[in-house]
Amino acid sequence: MRLGSGAFAACCVVIEVLGVALFLRGFFPAPVRSSSRAEQRAEPAAPEPSAGASSNWTKLPPPLFKKVVIMLIDGLRDDFVFGSKGVKFMPYTTYLVEKGASHSFVAEAKLPTVTMPRIKALMTGSLPGFIDVVRNLNSPELLEDNVITQAKAAGKRIIFYGDETWVKLFPKHFVEYDGTTSFFVSDYTEVDDNVTRHLDKVLKRGDWDVLILHYLGLDHIGHVSGPSSPLIGHKLREMDSILMKIHTSLLSEERETLVPNLLVLCGDHGMSETGGHGASSMEELNTALILISSAFERKPGDIRRPKHVQQTDLAATLAIGLGLPIPGNSVGSLLFPTVEGRPVREQLRFLHLNAVQLSKLLQENVPSYEKEPGFEQFKMSERLHGNWIRLYLEENNSEVLFNLGAKVRRQYLDALRTLSLSLSRQVAQYDIYSMLVGTVVVLEVLSLLLLSIPEALSNKAELEVPLWSPVFSLLFYLTLLVLSALHVIVCTSAESSCYFCGLSWLTAGGVMVLVSALLCAVVSALAKTFGDGKFLSKNSAHPKPRWSELDVLILLGTMGHVLSLGASSFIEEEHQTWYFLINTLCLALCHEIYRNCLLRDDSEPQQCPHVEEEFIRTAAALQDRSTGCDTLEPHGVSRSLTSLDTLRGYEKWMVLASPWVILTCCRLLRSLNQTGVQWAHRPDLGHWLTRGVIEARFVHVFVLGILFTGTKDLLKSQVIATDVTIKTVGLWEIYSGLVLLAALLFRPHNLPVLVFSLLIQTIMTKFIWKPLRHDAAEITIMHYWFGQAFFYFQGNSNNIATVDISAGFVGLDTYIEVPAVFLTAFATFAGPVLWASHLVSFLSSETSSGSALSHACFCYALICSFPVSAYIILVTSLRYHLFIWSVFSPKLLYEGMHILITAAICVFFTAMDQTNTKS
Amino acid sequence: MKDTDIKRLLYTHLLCIFSIILSICIPSFFLENFSILETHLTWLCICSVSVTAVNLVLYLIVKPNASSKRSSISYKVTRFLKCCIYFLMSCFFFHVIFVLYGAPLIELVLETFLFAVILSTFTTVPCLCLLGPNIKAWLRVFSRNGVTSIWENSLQITTISSFIGTWLGAFPIPLDWERPWQVWPISCTLGATFGYVAGLVISPLWIYWNRKQLTYKNN
Repeated sequence: MRLGSGAFAACCVVIEVLGVALFLRGFFPAPVRSSSRAEQRAEPAAPEPSAGASSNWTKLPPPLFKKVVIMLIDGLRDDFVFGSKGVKFMPYTTYLVEKGASHSFVAEAKLPTVTMPRIKALMTGSLPGFIDVVRNLNSPELLEDNVITQAKAAGKRIIFYGDETWVKLFPKHFVEYDGTTSFFVSDYTEVDDNVTRHLDKVLKRGDWDVLILHYLGLDHIGHVSGPSSPLIGHKLREMDSILMKIHTSLLSEERETLVPNLLVLCGDHGMSETGGHGASSMEELNTALILISSAFERKPGDIRRPKHVQQTDLAATLAIGLGLPIPGNSVGSLLFPTVEGRPVREQLRFLHLNAVQLSKLLQENVPSYEKEPGFEQFKMSERLHGNWIRLYLEENNSEVLFNLGAKVRRQYLDALRTLSLSLSRQVAQYDIYSMLVGTVVVLEVLSLLLLSIPEALSNKAELEVPLWSPVFSLLFYLTLLVLSALHVIVCTSAESSCYFCGLSWLTAGGVMVLVSALLCAVVSALAKTFGDGKFLSKNSAHPKPRWSELDVLILLGTMGHVLSLGASSFIEEEHQTWYFLINTLCLALCHEIYRNCLLRDDSEPQQCPHVEEEFIRTAAALQDRSTGCDTLEPHGVSRSLTSLDTLRGYEKWMVLASPWVILTCCRLLRSLNQTGVQWAHRPDLGHWLTRGVIEARFVHVFVLGILFTGTKDLLKSQVIATDVTIKTVGLWEIYSGLVLLAALLFRPHNLPVLVFSLLIQTIMTKFIWKPLRHDAAEITIMHYWFGQAFFYFQGNSNNIATVDISAGFVGLDTYIEVPAVFLTAFATFAGPVLWASHLVSFLSSETSSGSALSHACFCYALICSFPVSAYIILVTSLRYHLFIWSVFSPKLLYEGMHILITAAICVFFTAMDQTNTKS
Repeated sequence: MKDTDIKRLLYTHLLCIFSIILSICIPSFFLENFSILETHLTWLCICSVSVTAVNLVLYLIVKPNASSKRSSISYKVTRFLKCCIYFLMSCFFFHVIFVLYGAPLIELVLETFLFAVILSTFTTVPCLCLLGPNIKAWLRVFSRNGVTSIWENSLQITTISSFIGTWLGAFPIPLDWERPWQVWPISCTLGATFGYVAGLVISPLWIYWNRKQLTYKNN
């Protein structure tokens, strides 16, 4: 079957989107979630298992503690309490840890070690995956089932002082709160004094059930001067005195009420040796966790070493301690020492509740949950538990009862550990098999595209796609067979969950057919290329087209950009790469223009032969390689020779000045929105624009400019319509429509970006591409570069936080998902989309041959799929990198979205091309 | 006929390299606390002056294109003045280009300008010495097949490699290694210097290697 290269490229990109989607699904495992939402959870607590006999314990057990104080110290590393620093600076805490009524643990945090996800983990017991950050873009409120919400529902009065992140997460939960901002990192006294100043009053009052204090000072000191700074010692001493104050107050109150209270001292994340956090070093992951209560009395000589536990265990423990249901998504297991002092029946009851919750979560998230060892252990211990209850109710021999009870407890603890482990593995593990299948699809498509370059960029712009022969070839069936066998082996032996295995057999089979068909196509293309290569080398009359400096630059720039994606700093500062590249591109164009303009003026009267000869040769090469203007060929050479000479007077000066105008525009735009990380503190011109009334008037001027340019474009299309077809008018109209839509969606201070984009497009079209006669491929790649640069000029970055969600609400009263997503995507990718649509309009109105458009489509598909394929491989190899969550993953999402948009653009290209060939 | 020329070329280039090395070593005897990274601006000035001086001296001694027909004093003076103006203009031109590439506009002006000066020293000064203040000749040399002697050929190579060195020198700036040499414009000036030195080394070798293929129109 013969396909136009445009249609071929569009098909390839669509298949590539499938591959990327599969890869993304494997890379971002769906977080472990219970299907029932927080509001709907009114189901009764699981009754005590009882073999035969009926138990009277069917309700939730009563709370163990009357009051709970959670004292969270940001960045409290384990050795600040348990190490030499703790002994030196926190004498009271050390006393409590070593001799007092307390249990101490080293709680291991999971990635990312940043405050907000850690607070979520502490309160919900779940592991917030990266995808959560994306999902919850428009609501900072924590909607998941968590201890705070449960406590509020149970009528507990909660008071909070500290980091205002809590207030954002739990907006209506606190009866009293005072948020402090963590914005001023250099302030480490005020921020804590603002918490402590309420303390005396609150401790005296006693009309609350839960008090949460979040101290930020320690973390701020870490950020400013590192963990070995002397300031740390002062801060720890201050914290120690606060802890003592709270503890003595709680103890004196207990003496009156006789019900134990609980004081929790914990950290949210640790602190690296340089004082930062966010990554996965041991210093950042290990935090101190101390539970203090008079219920934990110990005999003298009872030495309790800090045990290693998971941070997520705290949620389940708090829920049990407050007599609340355990949060549905919690993957933590109860910290057993806290209930050790209770009667055996209560202990088993708590363990059972926790095990039921975990096994329910497992059932909802793992399809083959019955085979999980944790689940089997749970069933077994539940049976034993039932037996124990029966014996207990029958008041059997205490010796037997005690032994059996100990056995059940051990069994439960094992089951809990296994369940918790297999649940947290669900989140933490990459689904390598799905990732691999996705990568294979993407790579096959890319190699197919690469192999078909010579044919697709030939004058005819058509290529032979063997569609049916691979289906009947032996290779195809062999590959299919091997793949199916592999699929069966992998899926039956897989330990963790795998998305691709979870697909239905028909879908998986379809994907495998696709993979093997693509493989056959690649092999046949490879064979054809080598066959042709031999044939050509025998003839060897075919002159190799010479590469101009511009081509070399374009090629090297693209390669360099792809390579730069391997470094996290270059991803953070990717805008710099693009600005750098388009600057260089402009300078190269400038060089080309000046050479063509100035040199030929001279050389023509002198008849400098070599210049002339060289020019004819390049012109011929250009013709040979490029736009394939079959009809223009006889005149091509002479036209390209005279094209610059015909420009006289002001036009020539415009041509000479145009690269500098473009460079100046780009420089202005660059300072409009500072994105990235390192130079983000530089003042934005954009902020200046939105600041006041006078400045806002400038914005209005820009709006008028847009309207003017839009009308001019419309007029231009009218003029063109007189001699060309209606179609170009339509295309220019679509383009203008997109421009107007972008103008509507952009933030006011971003409108200059749009104006300059229109300006640069006009200048480039009029004074550079037309006179210099670049071929379609070069023009496409330049459009792509400028599109990427404008993506960043808009203020975007490779960080999810810069996505402007407000664009999704323009013209909508309430949040409607489909148009909101569409508008946000368009507003974010406006730069690339506008440049691509300008490319379509420009090519279809400028060149009279149809092949230019399909060449452009092919080039666009190739140049967009190259970075995404390389990036997929890079990310796979860097998946244990320190910055995988903070830097590489957001970029992967952006790349995925970009390839989706590219696919849409390519389909649009092809549709235009088809109508063109029909008419 | 060419081997002697190539030898002369090689010696001049070695002298240029030597001047750069001297500009690194000598000042530490006279100035306290001199180091390339910490007192970078001082080094930039010294290096620029010494390279310019060596270039001028070499030009006067070697005289690669002895085709000055008129040799009146006034002509020479105007020519020299023109060269100075061209040099200044090229400094400002490079400065503007650096700003267009994203160098800060107001802060670090002196640093940016000295960087422009050193890049002009590496590129414009040899051009001025060899070709004189003649933009057309420059454009001819820097287009394909435009060179007419090995001197111009080596000029082309050294200039382009200086530019490429500068260009590549900008790459480490965004990396988060926090090294002293990543500060603007140190990595770029170092890149330019390395590029210039590399060009000086490569060009005689390259010309020697390709001496059979190279045919110049005017030779």
